[in-house]
Amino acid sequence: MIDFLFSYETLRLIWWVLLGVLLIGFAAMDGFDLGVGALLPFVAKDDIERRVAINTVGPVWEGNQVWFILGGGAIFAAWPALYALSFSGFYLAMFLVLCALILRPVGFKYRSKRPDAAWRERWDWALFIGGAVPALIFGVAIGNTLQGVPFHFTPELRPIYEGSLIGLLNPLALFCGLVSLAMIVMHGAAWLSFKADGIVSQRAKAYGTGAALLTATLFALGGLLVWAGLLGGYKVTSPIVWDGPSNPIGKTVVADAGAWLANFRAHPALWAVPALGVTAPLLAAIGFRTGQEGLTFLASKLAVAMIVATVGLAMFPILLPSSTNPGHSLTVFDASSSRATLRNMLLATLIFMPLILAYTAWVYRVLWGKVSEKGVEDAGHSAY
Amino acid sequence: MVDPLLVDLSRLQFALTALYHFLFVPLTLGLSILIAMMETVYVMTRRTIWRDMTKFWGVLFGINFALGVATGITMEFQFGMNWAFYSHYVGDVFGAPLAIEGLMAFFLEATFVGLFFFGWDRLSPRAHLAVTWLMALGTNFSALWILVANGWMQNPVGAAFNPVTMRMEVTDFMAVIFNPVAQAKFVHTVSAGYVCAATFVLGVSGWYMLRGRHVELAKRSFVIASAFGLASALSVIVLGDESGYALTDNQKMKLAAIEAMWETEPPPAAFTAIGIPSLTDRKTHFAIHIPWVMGLIGTRSFDTPIPGINELVQKAEARIRDGLIAYDALEKIKANRNDGAARAAFDASSHDLGYALLLKRFIADPRQATEQNIKDAAWSTVPGVPWLFFGFRLMVLCAFLLLGVFAISLWHTIREQEAPRWVFRMALLAMPLPWIAIEVGWFVAEFGRQPWIIEGVLPTFLATSELGVWNLMLTIAGFTALYGTLAVIEVKLMLEAIRTGPAITHVIDAMAPGRPRPALQPAE
Repeated sequence: MIDFLFSYETLRLIWWVLLGVLLIGFAAMDGFDLGVGALLPFVAKDDIERRVAINTVGPVWEGNQVWFILGGGAIFAAWPALYALSFSGFYLAMFLVLCALILRPVGFKYRSKRPDAAWRERWDWALFIGGAVPALIFGVAIGNTLQGVPFHFTPELRPIYEGSLIGLLNPLALFCGLVSLAMIVMHGAAWLSFKADGIVSQRAKAYGTGAALLTATLFALGGLLVWAGLLGGYKVTSPIVWDGPSNPIGKTVVADAGAWLANFRAHPALWAVPALGVTAPLLAAIGFRTGQEGLTFLASKLAVAMIVATVGLAMFPILLPSSTNPGHSLTVFDASSSRATLRNMLLATLIFMPLILAYTAWVYRVLWGKVSEKGVEDAGHSAY
Repeated sequence: MVDPLLVDLSRLQFALTALYHFLFVPLTLGLSILIAMMETVYVMTRRTIWRDMTKFWGVLFGINFALGVATGITMEFQFGMNWAFYSHYVGDVFGAPLAIEGLMAFFLEATFVGLFFFGWDRLSPRAHLAVTWLMALGTNFSALWILVANGWMQNPVGAAFNPVTMRMEVTDFMAVIFNPVAQAKFVHTVSAGYVCAATFVLGVSGWYMLRGRHVELAKRSFVIASAFGLASALSVIVLGDESGYALTDNQKMKLAAIEAMWETEPPPAAFTAIGIPSLTDRKTHFAIHIPWVMGLIGTRSFDTPIPGINELVQKAEARIRDGLIAYDALEKIKANRNDGAARAAFDASSHDLGYALLLKRFIADPRQATEQNIKDAAWSTVPGVPWLFFGFRLMVLCAFLLLGVFAISLWHTIREQEAPRWVFRMALLAMPLPWIAIEVGWFVAEFGRQPWIIEGVLPTFLATSELGVWNLMLTIAGFTALYGTLAVIEVKLMLEAIRTGPAITHVIDAMAPGRPRPALQPAE
């Protein structure tokens, strides 16, 4: 049993699942506070309304963002080649994401330090950029990943990226960016409608309905693009050695327009995941209209999880396809860390993840309840 | 061959963003503990002045913390962005502590920091105190794991090069975690953070005392900061991380460079108090020696010799020659993975593979290296001696000055009702010292590691991403503009909060609804 659990191929599969869990954790947890940032100028018009919106995430966004940081660290530890290639390949896009994310901690903390309106207005825009820009760019990155990224390795396994920023911003990638943005805005709206009181919650419901419908439509449209072979598709044609050495050179992979559907065709039960990716946002849209705030947030969470999971399932076992040298694509079976590192990291995750989930749940319970204009005013300087 | 300008710019960017990040980290490390200690006193005595102190220093902590978090995001992603070859080459070992840092430290710190600020009216005093300590614990854990990662760059234990995957892979993870260099660095770095926060609290309190403002708060803060600072300064100095410098060739080279010690001396070696080291003459002019001190500090013994730079260069030359055997074998393995003879040759010499890679600065294929190339490569293991020599002395000077400041402050506050004014003025003037010492200390540690990014394993000039130089210029300009703006804002907010003083938290308490609380004690 232990041998099976800790065999190289099982560990690789577990870490592929954990990669998905981390990305979903990031999208579902940090996703809603990014969404609140993106919605801030629209759902809240004056200072007190904005404070309500900001204080719905004020005490928790910092913990949520660790899902993103941990995602980076875990990719570094478990999939080092993926970390090296994606972050250096998407260099300027990553730089934009970093600048946007840097604005968030200071935006949240510094906005309330001065009463003057112009000061606060500036930080509101910083929070808007900090929410909207990463949401868009992460989608663009996924779009590029689906289409394949121009890179190859030298014999020393030095990763060489051959593309440019303009190449990253191609129309189909931007389309994926819009899917991501719509999804994050829906999720932020679901949180605001659930956690904020009064007019902010009302406005969030209106924007949320639109964003949820847009998410379902765009995601379905993305499915059609994949089906039409426009959003890439790669398949491994040489025999897969699941416990082979992590060296991405030496296999054969070909571009194949329909390949991103192959896993679903082979295992029809998997269709449930993209199907939920379309229906869950529709449920959220209904929830926004009927005022089921808790259920709407859960539906939105489900939608986020299923949309992210769909991408992973479509590409398995490929992680990052190369468009210029498909044989060098990174896959689950040749881009992981060593068996020892995967095992050590799994043990660390098994120890710490339950603790993290437990104390995070406790913190949300302590903070339970709606954030109202009166509550924010009463809290004075201890709120943002 | 990687463009040297690209390498320099990548290093510049890392240095700028890391040094900037570390303006905020030490204050976070120490202030979180100091705040938790103040709140502990409040919960034990229920004297509200201690709660007011917790809240007031908490406001300053928060302003500082935000920028620490903001600039920390850059650090986590910069390895992949600018150092792609490094990330692939050592990610199997180096990535794990970073991921565990996220799991064990960042989640703890970030989840509870929100509740620290927002939880005052939602939690019982005991529960809030627990939150504060968990936040402080998380902060300090993060220092542990990042220094495990950094310690491995200085002393890469528990790993070996795998010629099939072309990268370093972990062989003994416990050795990576319990790396003595990492442990020494951890104690040294968090102690430095405590010194930094103690100096900050001491200086601000001193300023209040001079102005006669918020005297009750300032007096207590001054006492607790001077006691905490004295203990931390002793820890920084006594447990300085030069104790790890006896361990590896590069650490020995760093030590020799710090001391500008060209020749090996009979133990215990003399300490060069001051002098002018010259890289071109390969000697130190006008040196003033203090007998024995160096040997005692560096080896903690009377009879262990400390090798000088010239001896270490000789050793590097031998390791380059051995590394060439490994390099040649690796090329054969690349051509034919089943070449048993090459595999045996590689295994015998693989620990010196990195030394052969040093030759790539001088010649594309190290196997073609001339004698002159090998000599040049051996001398390239000597870091910038004068910079390290003076940098180290500046750091030590700051540390001893701070030790004096804390000792004098504590002496006067214990013996007298109120310390004389010059003590407060001294505390105010001492405020920049910990930041100077800390930034210079990091410079000595990392610049002293050159030419290696992983000592003995991978030279820095091979480790970068393959990026256009203009990419780096753009991001360096961008980071400088963004970080510069944020620094100005941060300092302004900090000064505003200090000028406003703790009164601001009384206003909050008077406004807060709900639970009954003890009557407010006037601050002045």
